[in-house]
Amino acid sequence: MTRKQRRLSLIGIAGVVLACAAGLVLYAMSDRIVFFNSPSDLATKPEPPGTRIRLGGLVAVGSVHKGPDGSVTFEVTDGSASVPVSYHGILPDLFSEGQGVVTEGVVASNGVFTADTVLAKHDERYMPREVVEALKAQGVWEETSSPATASR
Amino acid sequence: MIAELGHFALVLAFVMALAQSTIPFWGALRGDRQMAAVATPAALTQFLLVGIAFAALVHAYMVSDFSLLNVVENSHSQKPLLFKITGTWGNHEGSMLLWVLILALFGALVAAFGRNLPDKLKALVLSVQAWIASAFLLFILLTSNPFLRVNPPPIEGQDLNPVLQDIGLAIHPPLLYLGYVGCSISFAFAIAALIDGRIDAAWARWVRPWTLAAWMFLTLGIAMGSYWAYYELGWGGFWFWDPVENASLMPWLATTALLHSAIVMEKRDALKIWTVLLAILAFSLSLLGTFLVRSGVLTSVHAFASDPTRGVFILAILCLFIGGGLTMFAFRAGKLAPGGMFAPISREGALILNNLFLTVLAAVVLTGTLYPLVLEALTGTRISVGAPFFNLIFVPLAVPLLILVPFGPMLAWKRGDLRAASERLFFAFGAAILAGIVAAAIAGTANVLALFGVGLAFWLIVGALSELAFRAKIGGVRFGDSLRRLAGMPRSAIGTTLAHAGLGISVLGLVAATAWSSEDILTMKAGDSITVASRTVTLQGFLPREGPNYSETVVRFLVGEGGRTVVAMDPSKRFFPARQTQTTEAAIKTFWPSQLYISLGDITPDNSVTVRIYWKPLVTLIWLGAVVMAIGGLLSLSDRRLRVGAPRPARRAVTAPAE
Repeated sequence: MTRKQRRLSLIGIAGVVLACAAGLVLYAMSDRIVFFNSPSDLATKPEPPGTRIRLGGLVAVGSVHKGPDGSVTFEVTDGSASVPVSYHGILPDLFSEGQGVVTEGVVASNGVFTADTVLAKHDERYMPREVVEALKAQGVWEETSSPATASR
Repeated sequence: MIAELGHFALVLAFVMALAQSTIPFWGALRGDRQMAAVATPAALTQFLLVGIAFAALVHAYMVSDFSLLNVVENSHSQKPLLFKITGTWGNHEGSMLLWVLILALFGALVAAFGRNLPDKLKALVLSVQAWIASAFLLFILLTSNPFLRVNPPPIEGQDLNPVLQDIGLAIHPPLLYLGYVGCSISFAFAIAALIDGRIDAAWARWVRPWTLAAWMFLTLGIAMGSYWAYYELGWGGFWFWDPVENASLMPWLATTALLHSAIVMEKRDALKIWTVLLAILAFSLSLLGTFLVRSGVLTSVHAFASDPTRGVFILAILCLFIGGGLTMFAFRAGKLAPGGMFAPISREGALILNNLFLTVLAAVVLTGTLYPLVLEALTGTRISVGAPFFNLIFVPLAVPLLILVPFGPMLAWKRGDLRAASERLFFAFGAAILAGIVAAAIAGTANVLALFGVGLAFWLIVGALSELAFRAKIGGVRFGDSLRRLAGMPRSAIGTTLAHAGLGISVLGLVAATAWSSEDILTMKAGDSITVASRTVTLQGFLPREGPNYSETVVRFLVGEGGRTVVAMDPSKRFFPARQTQTTEAAIKTFWPSQLYISLGDITPDNSVTVRIYWKPLVTLIWLGAVVMAIGGLLSLSDRRLRVGAPRPARRAVTAPAE
């Protein structure tokens, strides 16, 4: 086999592998990515039931109800709209009323958001970026609660 | 005063790095030996100076010097001494200082142990290394100075994020940084080779140990980070496809590829240009990882504080080195002579396939990690690309690679015999089938993919071991002779076997813990019990306890096997008053090699608690496999033939003109 043939066969194999990878990426991008919505987004443009999304905002004060067997309901709000969320499981340590939260799950037909993942911030100084931006968009973001503490 | 000394040392280190960037470089280009010789003492001094600065910061943390802003924000006088010390790098400024310290350490190691490097190459490598150091020292001095004072100093600090108050912080970041920054050495060698316009097998011989060391530390660092997340975050997961994890996985994939292509280059003088490109890419991915983690563009536990100026600065460094490196490659790669010939079915061919798959995997991870950032910047749409995305793509691309792994070492250089290799792997194939059948008998046939995964894992493990067995002629000659052959085998061969077998062990753990773990979520009171994996778990009671800087409620569980209590498990809820933060400490008990994992939800006033109990079969193998891989790397590194000071062949190659 000459150097040229060898190179061609190599390029051929590389092309096949790359094409497979690209195909998988494109398929996954149409199917396996999750969009982030704020409660206002859902209010103005409701997603069809069964759609998997991320929902972020603040946990509405007074909305958290814990049932037996680890089931929890609460509302996620961004100041102008709020969405009821139901969740079964253990909430993160930093989950509390009035604090930022990101939940991932499925929109149910009765308008309740069924979450299977609840992410709270990792640190009390820090708020999930998506939530900050959703809140800024609704004009309820206060700069005093800015997570940037390093510039004093 | 000590803080000022540290600050001053840091400024001096920057000046020293600038000198090291320019004088030896100029000397190497002009052929001025005296100027080129500046590199060695400059690299050693730079390490000493950064070391002084780092020691000053550690000291400030140890004595809780609250006149330093950085200490105030991240420490507390009541914190245990270990966490005071590790808290030094549990924040942005300190961790950047650690990064630069390790960079300087690697530079100093090249300076100290690179005696048999040609003078010109050594001067070039050390000055490229100093370019990186200058950029990052400037970054620290301008945007992330850990030595800023506060006036008046507060009496007490704000404490470290409780999640980080863990032994993991002492191990994970230094290991990972040793890996990330270790890539800078192969990058420096690659750039030096491009500037010099010549490259040969000896070059690969020098680069390979450094890459191997970086790869080893990356492997351990990633495994440690994964285990830390597993026990600290309380979700029982070991890999989340979080962008920050991806940031460490990409350089690992690239260094793994580089490791293998450097073998081809060293042994067969082929794949030169590709190896140089990989060296540049591996470090680029490390830098990208640093950027993603440190700039605050991502939300994660690693993002300590976001400050836009820092992000822009790191982005500039990133563009400078990646762009510069690739540009230089584009212009100079043509000068490097292409290497030897080989048939597609040969050791070289197998290693090329390995490189192909590894780089494609790295590219896929890169796409998934950057796509949300790019999409948001372009359209404002926010998406999350997580486990479903990566699992769908990563698994089908990784499986062919894993199937091919045992073939590689069985094929001869230049022209291999696929049939002979397959015959030698017959035993491994049988073992894989048998393992699949045994797994089906134990776990049932509901999850066929997992059974295939178990078979694949045994294919890797037994396939790797059969290579050694064949080289030792076990069964072919007397057993004593086989042992003697085994003992006389080069350590790098045993290293390869261990690394490949370790990969198989990790795969086995990943498959079993993903497919057959069980999860129970329930509310329990004292006296309640539940059966998990044929063991009874009983909640005995609640005990309040005081820690050094926290108070906690321990929930004691008794685990019984066959009516007999075998062990107590104590998960707890901790409250840290300094930060008004609560954390959950999961309790983990290893029933080798599986684990029982108990995590807690809220404790209600009527003394019941939400409990999450996992049974994770074979889960410890995931990390054990990584340790075995790293031991394989260490053995290879200790191989005489590979050592940086490997005597004759290297020297002969130096004096020989480039092709």
